[in-house]
Amino acid sequence: MSLLEIENLSLSIAGHPVLRDIDLRIAPGEVLGVVGESGSGKSMTALTVMQLLPELARAKGRVTFDGVDILAAPEEAMCRLRGDDLGMVFQEPMTALNPVKTIGEQVAEGIRWHTGANRPDAEARARAILDRVGLPEAKFPLSRFPHELSGGQRQRVVIAIACALKPKLLIADEPTTALDVVLQAQILDLLRDLVAENRMGLMLISHDLAVVADMADRVSVMRNGAVMESGPTVGVLSEQKHPYTRQLAEASTHVPARARSQEKAEKQEPQPLLSVSGVTRDYPGRRKGLFAKPEPFRAVDNVSFSLAPGHAVALVGRSGCGKSTLARMILALDRPTAGEIRLNGETLGGRSEYELRHARRNMQVVFQDPYGSFNPRHRVERLVAEPLHLLDRKPTAAQRRECVAEALESVGLNAGDMHKYPHEFSGGQRQRISIARAIITRPKLIVADEPVSALDVSIRAQVLDLFADLNQRLDLTYLFITHDLTVARAITDDVMVMHEGRIVESGPTATVLQNPKSEAARALVAAAPDLERAVATRQRATGD
Amino acid sequence: MLAFLAKRIAIGLVTLVVASAVVFLVLEIVPGDPALLMLGMNAQPEALAALREEMGLNQPVLLRYFGWIAGMALGDFGNSYTYSSPVLELIGERVLVSLPLALISLFLSTAIALPVGIFAASRRGKPADTISMGAAQIGVAIPNFWFALILIYLFAVWLRLVPAGGFPGWDAGLWAGFKALLLPAIALALPQAAILARVTRSAMLEVLGEDYIRTARAKGMPRRIVLWHHALRNALIPVLTILGLQFAFLLAGTIIIENVFYLPGLGRLIFQAITQRDLIVVEGVVMLLVATVIAVNILVDIGYAIVDPRLRTRR
Repeated sequence: MSLLEIENLSLSIAGHPVLRDIDLRIAPGEVLGVVGESGSGKSMTALTVMQLLPELARAKGRVTFDGVDILAAPEEAMCRLRGDDLGMVFQEPMTALNPVKTIGEQVAEGIRWHTGANRPDAEARARAILDRVGLPEAKFPLSRFPHELSGGQRQRVVIAIACALKPKLLIADEPTTALDVVLQAQILDLLRDLVAENRMGLMLISHDLAVVADMADRVSVMRNGAVMESGPTVGVLSEQKHPYTRQLAEASTHVPARARSQEKAEKQEPQPLLSVSGVTRDYPGRRKGLFAKPEPFRAVDNVSFSLAPGHAVALVGRSGCGKSTLARMILALDRPTAGEIRLNGETLGGRSEYELRHARRNMQVVFQDPYGSFNPRHRVERLVAEPLHLLDRKPTAAQRRECVAEALESVGLNAGDMHKYPHEFSGGQRQRISIARAIITRPKLIVADEPVSALDVSIRAQVLDLFADLNQRLDLTYLFITHDLTVARAITDDVMVMHEGRIVESGPTATVLQNPKSEAARALVAAAPDLERAVATRQRATGD
Repeated sequence: MLAFLAKRIAIGLVTLVVASAVVFLVLEIVPGDPALLMLGMNAQPEALAALREEMGLNQPVLLRYFGWIAGMALGDFGNSYTYSSPVLELIGERVLVSLPLALISLFLSTAIALPVGIFAASRRGKPADTISMGAAQIGVAIPNFWFALILIYLFAVWLRLVPAGGFPGWDAGLWAGFKALLLPAIALALPQAAILARVTRSAMLEVLGEDYIRTARAKGMPRRIVLWHHALRNALIPVLTILGLQFAFLLAGTIIIENVFYLPGLGRLIFQAITQRDLIVVEGVVMLLVATVIAVNILVDIGYAIVDPRLRTRR
């Protein structure tokens, strides 16, 4: 008998259809992977099961959980189910916990509500489940506040809240998307164990085929609010019969065609484009006492490397390892405590903003979030033209438009798009606009901070193609900052692995990723989800 | 927490000193000759000289300033020229009217605004929300002195429940004093409550859209409990900010209301002192108001730290 049965579910929000004829089933102890790109309706399906939909949503069809007709159940009945038999874990651990309540209060609250236990009993149970998810009492007493925990630790608290009463079904909506690969592997292990311990059903929603292949017994592929294909994981993901499944799989392992820059590397340019020598950055730490001198926190520790022109280098590492701090110093947005950074032989340290103009023209940045990095009230023309003030001669209005048109066309957009506003574009198009903005001053170096991690796999493949193409055409040098090894593998020549502020390993990308030597690099490679490997492991396990 | 408190109080004291310099500069230096200002253009030269002597105007400026500050620190605010009694005594009598008035109206406005704001937020877009926010809009628009006149007409003249004005003094009994302060407190409180209700509503709506509200709902907590246990405390930060600003306004902004109700409070004292050019009284009352505002700000900061654990360690 199925634990959760969704039949012919259709959903509309304020009259707009969101889901069409969804059919899904989960048995006790089974893991169902739901994959699809953003807007495919994965989250809305989950929220329908939880009955936490927006107010104007109207659902039709049948949703049965453990014998209860969810769509007809009154709110009180849903309140009894939620948090007891039905748990949910959300994508963004940083905002999923109430900042003004201790983690103990937040875990114990649901226990008290559902079981009527008194405070000490509920706290004892909260303690037990927090221990279970890997937050031991010694370091994580119940009195901790969410802001004292890291993202991975917070996600463990959210999982503890959802699993405190041993739910029959856990819905996990992109539970690891905001975490780095090592944390992702740990959280996925935890979920797997919880499924095995309690014969819990798990609905794992993800955009990442590799994660789903690794975790799920069965897979449903969703697109535009409908289920494209459902079946056992091995069958769906190894045979890839459905064209959309194949398209997703290809996009997620896409490697842009690049003429190998071997000959370029051998040519040996007279001097490196960027050289970083002995760079260290300290931040003031927390004061221990009224008169004790605060101990500084060393974010970047004696880092040295150089970048040859035309090369693409990845800087990989776990979150908090100092990648972004290093990038900010290279971009002269932050000053090193010690060490020197040279661009084209010119040192960046100790210069005024005015003197830095020339250097800034030669290095531009592409950020992670294509939604957040634009002022929504400016037109594309103004947004893309922004870096032009770095030029010595101010361009006329006509020249400016010409530059913008050229930049837009080289990233695959139309010159006419310059009159539009950012909200008129999709996420992938917006990332193209930020690339256009980055290349408008004809820079030599582009620093890209997680440039594709907010994008869907098919769009990510297109943007990676664009990066590869611009590398060839404009002879750009890239520094990619990422925790995603597939991005590093797809597009970079060399890779540097950063750990606790130091670069612990570097070399040609293929060599380092195939045969990592340092412990940090090995951990990253082992934790990185890999579609082929996951399907192969599963095939062996099922004896196919 | 202790370091946090010490820092806040130190900053408050520095602010107080800066404010005292500004008050001194504006009232004693800028007018040129304060004695001439107080006595008017037709003053007798002998009277002027006597007043200058009494106020110590013949001493160097810095000495005068430090003498003034030191006096206040020791509780000597000087003598009023028009009332011919110590300023501290004058203030003391009137604080007993103004402070209860401010506290009652602060209590009233909070007691009205928080439930209305929370109620409206929980029924966003529904008739209850529209009606309560429409009423709040009217409350913001009505001037409080006009509202005070309506109250007097309704409750004092027509229903004869409370006196129309004046203050019997606390010697006449707690209830009599309270009754005299009730109408002015309501007149002061309602427009403030209207503003506070709108702030509460928008703060609540913002918080209700947060992820952790969804987490709480996914725990099985009903809407009502989520509203009170999870949303309210997070929404209190902007509410506290406005509350602090309003208290300062309540103390200083009683001038009109105290005149309408004929109450012998600080507002009337400073109003009369200004019309009679009694600079010494004006300086004393202004410094008292400044000190109160600073103290309220410190209280609001402590309130922030109590509400939000993230603010306890930062800064």
